[in-house]
Amino acid sequence: MSGKPKLHYFNGRGRMETIRWLLAAAGVEFEECFVEAKDDLVKLQKGGSLLFQQVPMVEIDGMKMVQSRAIANYIAAKYNLYGKDLKERALIDMYVEGMTDLNELIMGHTFQPAEKKEQHFATIVDRATNRYFPVYEKVLKDHGQDFLVGNRFSRADVQLLETILAAEECKPDILAKFPLLQSFKARTSNIPTIKKFLQPGSQRKPPLQEKDVKRVMEIFH
Amino acid sequence: DGELMFQQVPLVEIDGMKLVQTRAILSYIAGRYNLYGKDLKERALIDMYVEGITDLMQMILMFPFLPPEAKEKNLESIKEKATNRYFPVFEKALKQHGQDFLVGNKFSWADVQLTEAILAVEEKIPAVLSAFPQLQAFKTRMSNMPTIKKFLQPGSPRKPPPDEHYVQTVRKILKI
Repeated sequence: MSGKPKLHYFNGRGRMETIRWLLAAAGVEFEECFVEAKDDLVKLQKGGSLLFQQVPMVEIDGMKMVQSRAIANYIAAKYNLYGKDLKERALIDMYVEGMTDLNELIMGHTFQPAEKKEQHFATIVDRATNRYFPVYEKVLKDHGQDFLVGNRFSRADVQLLETILAAEECKPDILAKFPLLQSFKARTSNIPTIKKFLQPGSQRKPPLQEKDVKRVMEIFH
Repeated sequence: DGELMFQQVPLVEIDGMKLVQTRAILSYIAGRYNLYGKDLKERALIDMYVEGITDLMQMILMFPFLPPEAKEKNLESIKEKATNRYFPVFEKALKQHGQDFLVGNKFSWADVQLTEAILAVEEKIPAVLSAFPQLQAFKTRMSNMPTIKKFLQPGSPRKPPPDEHYVQTVRKILKI
């Protein structure tokens, strides 16, 4: 037993990636146990490790935590990335939920049937540039601080960087109209723990490829 | 008017904030009114329970918007998930600690949301709790708590199950 958190998920981003980012940003080393075939998932289910028969599951502090939001909330609070009081937490939660919506939209792209891909791509770009990024650009502009909430590094900053990078993978110039987000991205990428996570060889996962979609679907469906 | 951070409702104006995003709103209210456990670990348990219940409720939420031919199959799916995936978890939790409330022997957000979910599923599948004696007793107990009892009375802000008029209104406003 190493005492390090142990992540159970398939070897890809999905609903575990945000948790990997948070742990990495907090400087917490973690282990990963990959679900590679349906049998691996069945074994976990039969073993009673999965409260609702689903992954992600993270073994941490004596708990077998499930539900990605519950896990992320726990890690954020434990490592002081959740604001200083209820109101800052509310702000962080609002921002993070918006980012989660956008991130899920982006992740869904690989699973779109061929005839829907173009329309879906247009939706991603529209939502990113008209609904979500303007909010965070304005937040940074209004207070002029380095971090989104409370002049202090929080999970909102981690997740915004994660989302920006995912959006750029979709459309490289997607931040063209957002100068403050561009400098936010540069600044945040240079935070030592995050810089380390962005290096090759880290536990950060690449985007899902078309060729892997079938394999992933087989595990979970 | 710039009131909706991400151009969406729900929006709740509370304590000088204009809160959007359901989970952010719920977390704030739970934290503010001491319904969120006594420490990080209790909060983690409450979060896990609430997220599971939310997944079940999501099926109920979407149901009225399904095309008629998909409804029967979906209802079967709701029944299957409720009786095989979600309700057994809470039945077991209550049985194991023998306490009145799901977490920390104290009334919390998890108890409220489970009660809401039980009632919502029963509206569609009246006998859904037949194999869950702990949940039956839980439901009775929660329904008798004064604030909840009041909310369950006619004339409260509690909303009725969605009907065709509701579906049309939502479709029109959200353009879906």
